[in-house]
Amino acid sequence: MDPKTLRYAKSHEWAHLEGDICTVGLTKFAVDQLTDIIFIDLPNVDDLVAVGEGFGEVESVKAVSDLYSPITGDVIAINEKLETDPTLISNDPYGKGWLVKVKVEPGTTLEHLLTLEQYEKQIASEEH
Amino acid sequence: MALRTPLFDWHVANGGRTVEFGGWDMPVQYGSIVEEHHVVRQAAGLFDIGHMGRLSFVGPDALALLQRISTNNAATMKNGQVRYALICNERGGIRDDVLVYRWPDAWSMVVNASNRDKIVNWIAQYTKGLDVNVRDETTATCMIAVQGPQAMTLCRALTDTDAEQLAYYFATAAHYRGRNCIVSRTGYTGEDGIEIIASADQGLELWEELIRRGAKPCGLGARDTLRLEAAMPLYGHELSEDIDPFQAGLTWAVKMDKGEFVGREALLRRREDASLPRRVGLEILGRRAAREGSTVLLEGRPIGHVTSGTVTPTLNKPIAMAYIEPGHTTPGTLCTVDVRGKIEEARVTPLPFYRRPKG
Repeated sequence: MDPKTLRYAKSHEWAHLEGDICTVGLTKFAVDQLTDIIFIDLPNVDDLVAVGEGFGEVESVKAVSDLYSPITGDVIAINEKLETDPTLISNDPYGKGWLVKVKVEPGTTLEHLLTLEQYEKQIASEEH
Repeated sequence: MALRTPLFDWHVANGGRTVEFGGWDMPVQYGSIVEEHHVVRQAAGLFDIGHMGRLSFVGPDALALLQRISTNNAATMKNGQVRYALICNERGGIRDDVLVYRWPDAWSMVVNASNRDKIVNWIAQYTKGLDVNVRDETTATCMIAVQGPQAMTLCRALTDTDAEQLAYYFATAAHYRGRNCIVSRTGYTGEDGIEIIASADQGLELWEELIRRGAKPCGLGARDTLRLEAAMPLYGHELSEDIDPFQAGLTWAVKMDKGEFVGREALLRRREDASLPRRVGLEILGRRAAREGSTVLLEGRPIGHVTSGTVTPTLNKPIAMAYIEPGHTTPGTLCTVDVRGKIEEARVTPLPFYRRPKG
């Protein structure tokens, strides 16, 4: 995935919409902040996820953080490889480290999410 | 505003992510906590521990004061010896865990950063009528730890003392580039190594020399996973004003027969109290780490709570320390832990989780 074409939640998830399938992942910024990711807890296939609601957690050596869905819909796939190799998310957060695929209602857009430029502004203000 | 050690600017300039810890802005990591952890287990890591409180006790009544406020027996210490002790309140709860150093003409103490003001004020209550001068030397000095199997060879001829001749838990006065310092064979990682106290204005040159010698900077994140594997208690987690040394498994640091000291009467009672929770090690059998506050259950009934937990980088599995009801503390006992709403199987494990190979 090209980060320029993605949209972003303030809580550091990215979303990519193709037809009615939305792929969701965690941004490189979030992954770099977490470091040492050891475990990722994802929803089950067929679970309903909703914008802004927790759908899993990512655990690093120092802490555990909730994952929030940037989109509403039904989970149709989860990245099962993360279970055996959580480093995929650290090494390739926009590719092999994707989290879930969600089937959305027709007409759903990503307009409620931040553009890359807006997201970068937000993380610049988080860094100190 | 949080305090800063003389190395703060170096940490920031070199990728250190700083957090407030015990009133200080300290680096939690420079890169990967796991890599920093492995460096200490396999080679030599370098820690800025300037946040630790450093107090000196000078005067004819210094020993009497230390005997009064701490649980261990300072009177039997040799010159240069370092001894772990607890400072208790009148109820026998732990106010702080400290290291006491005996010098030919004085004593010193290293206390936790978060407890420094509390302990300085506490000590002041017990100095009345005693001829002793207690000084807080924390901001005038720096403190740096070099820890790991290569620490001692890496520090060869760093100062004018031969640190390899120091026995474990002994310290000596020395000179670094012509100026006074202290070299102490102590640490908080479960590895061999030294801790050096020098003038604050020498901190940066000492730090940079140790890096040139091959020590790799490590943050408080690795310090925490290292001490957890070594089952060393951390104040505010395993130790508090409501926990006594017996509960914490620190009976060896309490010398009831040394004479009167603050908390002794309460401790005489608490020692006999078989109802108090005890510190244990837990191995979580799933993948998710139990964290501070997680409830420990036995057949669905709460029997205690986790005080520290992580995934151990050395053993690559979740471990925790917890306080649980006595009677279930036998290693091998199976229990469960509520890890953020999901029940995980766990097993009581002997402490420490990690013990360094004898060299």
